[in-house]
Amino acid sequence: MLRDEDRIFTNLYGYQDFGLEAARKRGDWDNTASFLANGRDWIIDQVKESGLRGRGGAGFSTGMKWSFMPKNVTDKPVYLVINADEGEPGTCKDRDILRHDPHKLIEGCLIAGFAIGASACYIYIRGEFYNEGSNVQRAIDEAYAAGLIGKNACGTGYSYDVYIHRGAGAYICGEETALIESIEGKKGQPRNKPPFPAQAGLYSCPTTVNNVESIAVVPTILRRGASWFAGLGRPKNSGTKLFCISGHVNKPCNVEEEMGIPLKELIEKHAGGVRGGWDNLLAVIPGGSSVPVLPKSICDTVLMDFDSLREVQSGLGTAAVIVMDKSTDIVKAIARLSQFYAHESCGQCTPCREGTGWMNRVMQRMVTGNARMEEIDMLLQVTKQVEGHTICALGDAAAWPIQGLFRHFRPEVERRIQAYRNSAPLAAE
Amino acid sequence: MSAPASDHGHAEPTSFTFTQENLELAKRIIAKYPEGKQASACMPLLDVAQRQNGGWLPRVAMDAVADLLGMPRIRVYEVATFYTMYNKTPVGRHHVQVCTTTPCWLRGSDEIVHTCKKKLGIEVGETTADGQFTLGEVECSGACVNAPVVQIGDDYYEDVGPEHMERILDALARGETPKPGSQIGRQSSEPVGGPTTLKAFTTAQADATTAQADD
Repeated sequence: MLRDEDRIFTNLYGYQDFGLEAARKRGDWDNTASFLANGRDWIIDQVKESGLRGRGGAGFSTGMKWSFMPKNVTDKPVYLVINADEGEPGTCKDRDILRHDPHKLIEGCLIAGFAIGASACYIYIRGEFYNEGSNVQRAIDEAYAAGLIGKNACGTGYSYDVYIHRGAGAYICGEETALIESIEGKKGQPRNKPPFPAQAGLYSCPTTVNNVESIAVVPTILRRGASWFAGLGRPKNSGTKLFCISGHVNKPCNVEEEMGIPLKELIEKHAGGVRGGWDNLLAVIPGGSSVPVLPKSICDTVLMDFDSLREVQSGLGTAAVIVMDKSTDIVKAIARLSQFYAHESCGQCTPCREGTGWMNRVMQRMVTGNARMEEIDMLLQVTKQVEGHTICALGDAAAWPIQGLFRHFRPEVERRIQAYRNSAPLAAE
Repeated sequence: MSAPASDHGHAEPTSFTFTQENLELAKRIIAKYPEGKQASACMPLLDVAQRQNGGWLPRVAMDAVADLLGMPRIRVYEVATFYTMYNKTPVGRHHVQVCTTTPCWLRGSDEIVHTCKKKLGIEVGETTADGQFTLGEVECSGACVNAPVVQIGDDYYEDVGPEHMERILDALARGETPKPGSQIGRQSSEPVGGPTTLKAFTTAQADATTAQADD
């Protein structure tokens, strides 16, 4: 188990004040100027060496992402945008950073913004997080008043503004180009790529979009050294991670743990175990609603990191662990996610707009068994026609949970279809 | 002042004017964005308008935002109809939004919806006759380890059981504001009964020596 000394988010649960004075006592904003004095390349190299991979779901190297930004831009502004549009079902980790440790995020915004040559940062917070956003705004105001951001930030001569922009209820805005569109005052519909945001992002200016957690861990990485962070977890899957454990556990919770912790250990040590004991486990969605579900046999041994979960045809995603015990109607649990994606499709790409609705309607019939056997393969074929055929990954995210369901629980659906036919032979024809 | 009924059967007002205070607020919001990019203020100004108008956005309010920002009105309608938090029809004084996505559903959100329906005597999407309550179902509220979650106005009510839901609705009906957050006494997202980690940080402020994570 990770030692408390190695935990970054010491105020995760908000027992202490989120304001500047308390944050400073926890180590935030301690000689931030010295990191900036080491220069942009040093910061990017440190973050690369730490092995930090993006905490928003995709798991791309954060330092690498920053290095894609054009150097020496003089003709237009450069922006850092923080994705705080947390809404992947199962995920509620950024919420705790926003409301309980906002100064870690703001300090990270300054350092990351300096590293990519940005003049300003917009933090895009989902609209429902009204109180969380207010905490962040208070922390920003404090940071301005203390000279930590704004003109001559931390006395370095570097000028840097931080603003929040509130969303208004749209899961799709978690996609980085939809988020940029939304800040520009438009519908949140993803853009075609290329150009990537590093070339033409917010207001057509070079932009990097990073997740809240990715940025909030940066100051501590610089303070304690890249090798400290890289030494935690497993190779290529380094560091600590905020996990959200929801569903059928005795004590649902958020917790910061080491990457690569066994799923079973994570659930038993921190979440009080599966309701009714480990043997009562049916399945786990290990990384938020978009990643395929895993049956107990895999959960027994799987490790919680990017590569381990990819090996079992799932993913770490946002590290949101949704636990389902044997009382769960697994078909309904996944069908509810199909309903979610149908609701959240932005409607721009035909395969997603039509496909998510179609998949949802068929999945709802699968719950009761009111379907024909051959519709299972038809449904799986449609998931393949949606997956990879849309501008953004929402289509993929809608397809994967269904594919995961049939990969591991196909006999259960077949049983329902058979039972439905037996009980209502006319209705099934 | 009432006007012809809209397509949705409610009365649409015929005019909307931002208060002086909100006009000042609008100026500060617009200043957050670069010159010429004032369209970025569209979303926050729609929120300001909605709050001024008792929780919903009539078309005249969208028009006021468009005119203030120099945007074509259709662009503002597009935004207002794309995002779910803009209410295009009137809502009750208390907008009760129950999250029913899988993590909340696993923890009993169906019962919470049922409790609300029974208690308020309305279906999802409806408003009580006295205009006090509107009941809604929403997609993932993003507080899944505190499921079931119910958002009422700007506040989250968490770890909500049917009995808590009844008490919350009763309190609101009496004009009180029940305490938001966990209804079973959790601080926030820690395991029930207390954290398994960071026990030194459960006091209001650990002293600086233990609080610093330096080597």
